[in-house]
Amino acid sequence: MSASARPGWMEKPRPLTQAAKALALTTVVLLVCVPFLVIVSTSLASTREVVDNGGWVLWPSEPTLDAYRDIFDGGIVTHALGVSAGVTIVGTLLSLACTVTLAYALSRPGVFGGKPVLLLVLFTFLFPPGMIPSFLLVKELGLLDSYASLVLPVLVNVFNLVVLRGFFQSVPEELYEAARLDGAGDWRVLVSVVLPLSKAALAVVGLFYAVAYWNSWFYASLYLESDHWPLQQVLRTYVVSGAGLTDATTGEATVTARRPCRWRCS
Amino acid sequence: MSPSSHPSGRAQRQRKGFQRRRGGTLFLLMLPGVAYFLLFHYGALVGNVIAFKEYVPFDGLWGSPWTGPGNFRRMFEDEAFWDAVLNTLWIAVLQLVFYFPVPLGLALLLHTLTWSSVRRFVQSVAYLPHFISWVIVVALFQQVLGDTGLLNSGLSGAGLHTVDIIGDPDAFKPLVVAQVIWKDAGWGTIIFLAALAQVDEQQYEAAAIDGAGPWRRFWHVTLPAIRPVIVLLLIMRLGEILSVGFEQMLLQRDAVGPETAEVIDTFVYYQGIVGGDYGFAAAAGLFKGVVGALLVYAANKVAHRLGEQGVYR
Repeated sequence: MSASARPGWMEKPRPLTQAAKALALTTVVLLVCVPFLVIVSTSLASTREVVDNGGWVLWPSEPTLDAYRDIFDGGIVTHALGVSAGVTIVGTLLSLACTVTLAYALSRPGVFGGKPVLLLVLFTFLFPPGMIPSFLLVKELGLLDSYASLVLPVLVNVFNLVVLRGFFQSVPEELYEAARLDGAGDWRVLVSVVLPLSKAALAVVGLFYAVAYWNSWFYASLYLESDHWPLQQVLRTYVVSGAGLTDATTGEATVTARRPCRWRCS
Repeated sequence: MSPSSHPSGRAQRQRKGFQRRRGGTLFLLMLPGVAYFLLFHYGALVGNVIAFKEYVPFDGLWGSPWTGPGNFRRMFEDEAFWDAVLNTLWIAVLQLVFYFPVPLGLALLLHTLTWSSVRRFVQSVAYLPHFISWVIVVALFQQVLGDTGLLNSGLSGAGLHTVDIIGDPDAFKPLVVAQVIWKDAGWGTIIFLAALAQVDEQQYEAAAIDGAGPWRRFWHVTLPAIRPVIVLLLIMRLGEILSVGFEQMLLQRDAVGPETAEVIDTFVYYQGIVGGDYGFAAAAGLFKGVVGALLVYAANKVAHRLGEQGVYR
């Protein structure tokens, strides 16, 4: 217990308590790590071994990189990977830009329209518009089957906005004053003072956006034709709809059969 | 030298110009974000009028004929809709009872660890599943709990009966709650850990010196300190009681059938997007939104009555 920093007033825990804690923590770690191990091991095992074992492998007998080679061989998955990467990068940058500028403006006192805008934004948290109106809006705007439909409708996340605004507000007022006395305008203050001080917050919010874009599949299934699908939506047809990873054509057939009527109706 | 005591005309003009420019820049910076919210939130919100119309694709949103409350009347008479409402409430209650305490308990456990490297390691590991998409989480649960999965292979290897978890409608609701726990319990500790870190160390010390053991310190120092956060999260959870993991449910609905797995969100999706009955589906969505907002409002009021901060004042 050399690394332990127990304060002097705290009594030494009883061995039973300590054992219970250790057991609980080990369980948590195992519950997360074993499934991860299954993912990695299965990806490194040969197709034969995976199929023989019922769809998973705990430890590959002959590790191979075939699966990874298949990903980059130029097929559906390669294309989907490119789409996902593109949407994630462009979407994250656009989202960050719009969130930073709005959060910065709302963090400064006395901006024209600041109060109503803040209320306007927070209200959307309480009352989201709903799936059908959002879909009809994207359709009316002519964004169906464009990659913009994966980014624009989810451009700014209220939670991320509030986090960044709080962070900008915590920048000491003296720094703003000093920059202003040196003749910096608001844009200059943002770029040269606030943003360099907020690297950690920007990294966190950027990560949230990137993960959201990378993991999203529903909007793709809603707005895009299947030949433009990003990775998660392709994975969904393979994995969840029961089509085998090896048999891509079956996956395609399932998808076509289950495609909603919106493309035919409109 | 001091412009405030002897403002020359020029300096004053300069300052006014400066202020105007200043407000102007900030206003311009606000525009892209505001435009987004106006178009994609308020524009879409206005689109809810479709709930009072019968959508005709050729006529578009505005040209479609009005039906008044017809869609809502149909909805309230539709048994499938009430099944979806019941399923949603049932899952929400299960989540409230079995999911909600887990991040809290885990955070309290992590908070008592005096060994910071162990603590940081467990924390990092527990955050990981949050970053995995629902597609992968569902696939993973199939690999582990499916009929040829890790668990059943182990059971049959040990000569025991195998259990059908993935395809069993009765096991479905506990299964989805377990998935939520696996994916988000670790991530959910963050907010509690932040609240716990705010507690003044001296309060613990004073309580210990006064003879309070670990349990009494927990009851009289820790719990009061994090109560506002617990109340806040409960209120927000209540507002989302009618929306339980749309992506998660949509992915697994077909495996056990709509009787068990249809929730309001998937009902809206299948009626509207798949079935093309936009007005009817929008009515169900609007119902959900209004009930959610009312619940948050009411819960917030109750919290204020009980002397809590709530979500907003």
